[in-house]
Amino acid sequence: MNSEANAVPQSLAEGARRGARTIPWMESFYWCVRRELWEHRAVYIGPVAAAGVFLFGFLISLLHLPRHMREAIADPSKMNHLGQSYEFAAGAIMIVAMIVQIFYCLDALQGERKDRSILFWKSLPVSDLTTVLSKASIPFVILPALAYGTVIVAGFVMLVLSSIVLALSGLSPAPLWTQLSLMQSALLLLYHMVTVHVLWYAPIICWLLLISAWARRAALLWAVLPPFCVGMLEKLVFNTAHFAMWVQYRFNGGMEAETPPGTMPMNPMTHLTPGHFLATPGLWFGWLVAAICLVLAVRVRRNREAN
Amino acid sequence: MACIEARGVRKAYGATMALDGLDLRVEEGRILGLIGPNGAGKTTALNAILGLTPYQGELRVLGRNPWNERDLLMRDVSFIADVAVLPRWICVSELLQYLTGIHPRFDRVKAEGFLAKTNIKLDGRVKTLSKGMVTQLHLALVMAIDARLLVLDEPTLGLDILFRKQFYDSLLNDYFDGSRTIVVTTHQVEEIQDVLTDLMFIDRGRIVLSCTMEELERRYAEVMVRTERLADARTLKPIHERQMFGQSILLFDGVPREQLTGFGEVRRPSVADLFVAVVGKQNGAGGAR
Repeated sequence: MNSEANAVPQSLAEGARRGARTIPWMESFYWCVRRELWEHRAVYIGPVAAAGVFLFGFLISLLHLPRHMREAIADPSKMNHLGQSYEFAAGAIMIVAMIVQIFYCLDALQGERKDRSILFWKSLPVSDLTTVLSKASIPFVILPALAYGTVIVAGFVMLVLSSIVLALSGLSPAPLWTQLSLMQSALLLLYHMVTVHVLWYAPIICWLLLISAWARRAALLWAVLPPFCVGMLEKLVFNTAHFAMWVQYRFNGGMEAETPPGTMPMNPMTHLTPGHFLATPGLWFGWLVAAICLVLAVRVRRNREAN
Repeated sequence: MACIEARGVRKAYGATMALDGLDLRVEEGRILGLIGPNGAGKTTALNAILGLTPYQGELRVLGRNPWNERDLLMRDVSFIADVAVLPRWICVSELLQYLTGIHPRFDRVKAEGFLAKTNIKLDGRVKTLSKGMVTQLHLALVMAIDARLLVLDEPTLGLDILFRKQFYDSLLNDYFDGSRTIVVTTHQVEEIQDVLTDLMFIDRGRIVLSCTMEELERRYAEVMVRTERLADARTLKPIHERQMFGQSILLFDGVPREQLTGFGEVRRPSVADLFVAVVGKQNGAGGAR
């Protein structure tokens, strides 16, 4: 395109003369992430609101807790029921976080073109790569971390509230702390989030980011319809479903890879087999797809003009 | 070193050539007005200079290739690409924080000083500001950046005359120091013509006129010719002729003043009139081809 040699820019020397400070890349990146959180407040409000709603319901259900506890003391096999609320809480927060994640990804690179603010962002000394990486850090790091933190805090609050209610009704809260193995659940959840939601779903997240950078409008449709059409065409033309199976594998494969074959899915701790998970070829192929999508997203952002 | 140097810059959108071999050179410390009709390629030219659009040809801005080095270039370049580009969701204080965080040449104290002279509240969101206030905010941010080149693309579009006047006043009084370069495009030529040091007309992706304001004064003269002298005056080959209040106003290029004084009152033509004469003539000729 431009055949000129890259001469040493004189402006570097000028910069030193004017005494401008140099900003390390990490600092720039940090402020870009802060910027994302200012714009997309749903990233932290979503999980916290889900926890709030759940805690409200839990508070009401505490009325029955002393009765359930007495039943569990009489019949220890019912002790597990007491732990169910904690799993529900984690599930509710995770689902909300995933919804926020999907909509964040679809808006991340499209929003700035929709409101034309991209011209302002591009007037600043931040590269397209830094911008795209900072936006990708939200679904990959910030949102999972916030969701996980919310789950832990919500679980702890539930435990404390339950203990208070039990103590007030003359029962010992000790079984809650000793028999529910909440620490183990927390560890398993962390493992599940890192493996399935971050590492396995990486290509899906990056695909959504790419569509967000590319689509002028209706990013959700562009993200979903083309794969759907490819699947349909394959079915009609070849009467096979390889593509559909492949897409399905991108959604389900993580859980299969996470749990070695022949183990009980609910059997705790057998889950923790990172070696088996990391040895799954589908994981590495997914990362390749993710990397390609990210590189393309950077290129597309560089080329795209405001809507 | 020239601040901006372009040689044969081309950019096509489909079959239309937005830039058709653009050649220009802007020295440092100039205030250049880039004037052109709609669709002449002004914004495309600025986008190429700012690294927002790929192009063919040679282009250097402050010694850098803008397309390959946009993020580095933006340490030394600021731009306002018309009024509505500040993100509406952001809070003014967040904007200041963000710029302090990512821009090596942004001076927050300076920006707050500029904002203190306006009605803009630091805790307000951009969407609560009026159009004029958003422009004031953007200008305050840009003026607090110690840049070497400032590009303004229709910065005052849609603003009332008070804001427009204030915009250029603060730009000249609080920002321009003789070493910075400013490139501005606008349709309100008459408002900036006294500010400019250099003038360029762009039409159909090419520069059709490029001169300093002193050259303009020396080269071009406008004479309101009395009817009885009209035939004589026309022998000096005016580049443009128009009627006003029943009198003819002739515009001459490169004719010595002493030859003209006999025909009537000699004035410096306004940029707008010169624009009509130079660009209008070419468009007319183009239509006849």
